[in-house]
Amino acid sequence: MSKRLTLFRAAALALGFGFLYLPIALLVAYSFNASRLVAVWGGWSLHWYGELVRDGQFRGAALNSLEIGVMAASLALVLGTCGGFAIERFTRFRGRFVFGFMLMAPLVVPEVILGLSLLLLFVASQAWLGWPASRGILTVTIAHATFGSCFVAVLVRAQLAGFDRNLEEAALDLGARPFGVLWRVTLPGIGPALVSGWLLAFTLSLDDLVVASFVSGPSATTLPMAVYSSVRIGVTPEINALATVFLGVVILIVVLAFSLIARQERQRIAAG
Amino acid sequence: MNLWGWRRWLLIGPPFLWLLVFFLLPLGVVAAISLSQSADTIPPYTPLLIHGPNGLESQASLDNYRLIAQGDLRAYANSLGFAALATVLCLLIGYPIAFAIARAPKAWRNPLLFLVILPFWTSLLIRVYAWIAILQPTGLLNRALAGLGLIDAPLLLIYNNFSVVLGLVYAYLPFMILPLYGSLSQLDESLVEAAADLGARPARVFRDVVLPLSLPGVAAGALLVFIPAIGEFVIPDLLGGPGTLMVGKVLWQEFFDNVDWPAAAAVAMMLVALLTAPLLLAQRLVERKA
Amino acid sequence: MPLLEISEISKNFGAVVAVDRVSLAVEHGELFALLGPSGCGKTTLLRLIAGFELPDHGHIAIDGVDMTEVPPYRRPVNMMFQSYALFPHLDVAGNIAFGLRQERMERRRRDARVADMLALVQMSDYARRRPHELSGGQKQRVALARALAKMPKLLLLDEPLAALDRKLREETRLELIGIQERIGTSFVFVTHDQEEALGMASRIAVMERGRVAQIGGVAEIYERPHSRFVAGFVGAVNLFDGVLVAGFNALALSVAGVEAPIPLAATVDLPEGTAVALAVRPEKLRLSPARPDGFAIAATVASINYQGGVSIVHLTITSGHALKAQVASAAAAAFDRGMSVWASWDPADAAVLTR
Repeated sequence: MSKRLTLFRAAALALGFGFLYLPIALLVAYSFNASRLVAVWGGWSLHWYGELVRDGQFRGAALNSLEIGVMAASLALVLGTCGGFAIERFTRFRGRFVFGFMLMAPLVVPEVILGLSLLLLFVASQAWLGWPASRGILTVTIAHATFGSCFVAVLVRAQLAGFDRNLEEAALDLGARPFGVLWRVTLPGIGPALVSGWLLAFTLSLDDLVVASFVSGPSATTLPMAVYSSVRIGVTPEINALATVFLGVVILIVVLAFSLIARQERQRIAAG
Repeated sequence: MNLWGWRRWLLIGPPFLWLLVFFLLPLGVVAAISLSQSADTIPPYTPLLIHGPNGLESQASLDNYRLIAQGDLRAYANSLGFAALATVLCLLIGYPIAFAIARAPKAWRNPLLFLVILPFWTSLLIRVYAWIAILQPTGLLNRALAGLGLIDAPLLLIYNNFSVVLGLVYAYLPFMILPLYGSLSQLDESLVEAAADLGARPARVFRDVVLPLSLPGVAAGALLVFIPAIGEFVIPDLLGGPGTLMVGKVLWQEFFDNVDWPAAAAVAMMLVALLTAPLLLAQRLVERKA
Repeated sequence: MPLLEISEISKNFGAVVAVDRVSLAVEHGELFALLGPSGCGKTTLLRLIAGFELPDHGHIAIDGVDMTEVPPYRRPVNMMFQSYALFPHLDVAGNIAFGLRQERMERRRRDARVADMLALVQMSDYARRRPHELSGGQKQRVALARALAKMPKLLLLDEPLAALDRKLREETRLELIGIQERIGTSFVFVTHDQEEALGMASRIAVMERGRVAQIGGVAEIYERPHSRFVAGFVGAVNLFDGVLVAGFNALALSVAGVEAPIPLAATVDLPEGTAVALAVRPEKLRLSPARPDGFAIAATVASINYQGGVSIVHLTITSGHALKAQVASAAAAAFDRGMSVWASWDPADAAVLTR
C-alpha cells in the first residue's frame, strides 16, 4: 500500500516538475540552435548569444531594467520591512485594518489596475502639481517599489512570527531602547527575510511588463517591454539566448543567497 | 509592545503614507476619471469640474458604465470563467505535487520547494513565449504527436481557450503549490497514523483528516490564483485568440489602442467590483491567520 | 532598606490571575528563591521585577526608588534567561559587551570589563566563539557573564539549573553560589525544583496560584511549613488529617484509622475540635520492630527503596494510609517486605498545619 502511494507521489512530482520546466528546457536548448526556426534543428551554435550582445535595443533596455530594479528593490526593502514589522508587532492602532489591506491588496490586484491607476495618478499630479515632469525611470521605480514592498512585508512578517522574542527582551534588559533592539537584534535576526525580500522585489521588477508599460515614458524602455514588442513582431531566437542568460544569472544569485541563508539558519538553530 | 509608544508611528508612517499615496489614492483617481469623457486634450479626458456660467459645474457622467453594460459583456464572463477554471485545475494539479513534497524525506523538501519557486524568478513573459513554440501547429507538441502517428493533421492547440487556460495554470501553479504545501507540511503525521490505526483506509483518511486540515492552504491558494488571474493580460494576449477576450486585454486596448482613458478607467472599476468580494475574503483570511 | 521591595503586586492576563497581591522584600547580598509549581506565578513575578510586564496594581521599588513604571532598559536589574537568549550574530565577547555598549562605556574600560567577566565564568578562551559553537553549559556561563557585566544591583535568574544534566547541575549550583558571594549582587531566581531552592537560596518564597504561601529562611520553610501545600511541595512529608481532642498533657490529634490520638507538642495554641493536619518529615520517623514507649503506630513494610546512603521505607498502616520513612541504609537492612514494625517520632519534630 505504501509503495503504491510512493509511486503515486513520485509520479506527481515528475509530471509536475516536467510541466513546469518543459518551456524552460526548450528555451535553453533552442538558444543554442543554429537555425532560427523552431521546426529545424541546425546544430549547436552560440550565434544568438552574439546577436544578443550586439543588439543595442536590448542592451539599453537591460540597463534601464537593472537600474530600476536595484532602486525599486532597495526602496521596497525599507518600506516593506517597516510595514511588515509594524503590522506584525503593533496589534492595535488607528487605521490598522486599512494598513493591513493596503499591504495585502497589491499582491493580488491585477497588474493592469496597478499600472493604469498609477499612470492616471502621475498624469493628474503632473497637471495639478507639476510633478512628475516626465515619466520614465523614476515613475517605474515608484510603481515597482509599491508592489515590491508588499512582497517584502510578507516575507518579513513570516520570519518575524517565528523570531525568538527572548532575544529582544534580553536586549531591552541590557539597556537597549526599542529602536536599538530593532536595529541591533531583530534586523540581524531576520536577515534571510531581508535578503530574499530584496531579491524577490528585484526579480519582480525585472520581470514586470504590464505596470511598466503603463507608467513608463518614451526614454525608458524596460527589458520586458523590449522583449514584448519583439515577440509580437515574430520569433526572434535572441530571446531564447536572453532567457537562458537570465535563467543562469538568477539561478546563480538565488543559489548563492539561499546557501548563505541556510548556513545562517543552521548557526542560529545551534545557538539555541 | 507598549514600550514603543508614539515612536511606532515612525515605522508605521512611511509605508502607510506611501501605500496611501501610491496605491489607494490612484484607485480613487481611476474612479474619478471613469466618470469623465474622452477628449483630444492632454491629458486625453475632460475635467470633472469646470467653471461654467453658474460657478463650478460637474461634468461627471456614467456614460462609460452605460456603454459597458449595453455592450459585449463576454470579456467579463470569460475572465471569471477562465480564472475559475484555472483555479480548479491548479488545485487538482497542485495538490498532489504539494502533498508529495510535504511527504518527501526532510532533506529533499527545501530543494523541491526551491525548484517550484525557481521558474517564478525567471521571466514569465519569456516562458509564455516558449509555450507558443510548443503549441503552434508546427510546434513541438504537434510534431511529436504526428511523429508518434497519433494524429493526421495538426491540432489547434493555440490561440484558443485551451492555450489560455494552459497558460494560466502554468503561470499560477506555484502560487497554489506554496500555500498548499504550507498547510500540508504543518499537518501532524500522528493524526494520519491515528486515523489509519483506527481502521480507516487511505482514501477515507484523506477525505476525513487530510483534506479538512489542509483547507486553509486550499483557500489561500485559490485566492492567490483566482484574483490576479481575472485581470491577467499577458497570457490571453500572447496565447489567446479573438474568442478568448479577457478584461485585462479590454482595458489595455481601451487605453493603448483607443486612447480612451475614461473608458479604460471604467473597465478597471468593473474589475475592482468583480474582485471586491474575493479581496475581502483574502483580507479576512490573512488576519485570522495572524 | 531592602534592595527590592514589592508591595501588593497584582497582574492579570485577561481572566487569569497570574500574580495576586504579592508583597515581599529582598535584602542586599541575598540569594533569594521563588519556588512553586508551574502556573504559580513565579515567572510572571520575575518578569514584573525585570520590567517586561506592567503590574495592574502595586509597586516595585529598588533601593528605595519606585520602579513600577520604569521600562526594563532603565532598571538596575539584569536577567539570565532560561533559554540563554544569546545573540546569534555576535560572538561571546560581543554578547557580553552588548549591555556595556548601550551604556556608551568607552572602549578600554569596556574591554577590561568583558575580560573580567570572561575570567569570572572561566570562559576567557572562548571570547571569539559564536553561540552556536558552544555547549549548553558554556552558553549559560556566557549568559551569566552578560547579565553581570553591567554590575546590576539585582540579578534575576529564570530556572538556572533546569536545562542542565544532573552532574552539571551540582557543579553549576556551587559555582553560582561562589560567584554570588564574590560579587555581592543580590540574586533572585525562579525554580520549580525544591532541591534547587533548598540548595542555593538563603531565603525562599513559596508560591501557589499567584500568592505567596510562605516566606522564610530555608530551614524554617522546611522544618516549620505553614500549610499542607508548602509541607508537601518542599521535600517529602507524611501528612495526617484529623481533629484536635483533649490529650494527656495537652491537645492530641485524633486521626481516622489510628487507634490512639497522636500527642502534639505543648505549643499548639488552638481550640479543641479544630481540623488540622500533622506533618512529619520522613527522616524524623523512627522505625523499630518492637513497640517503643510512648506513642507509636503499627505499620507494615510495603517496600524499601535503596538510594545509596539512605533508604526510603514505604509503610502502610491499618487505615490503608501510606507512610514514608527515611533511614540509614544500614538500619534499613534489618527490615523486610511484609514485616510488622512500629513507627514513632518526637512530637517536637512534627508541625501542626491549619491550612
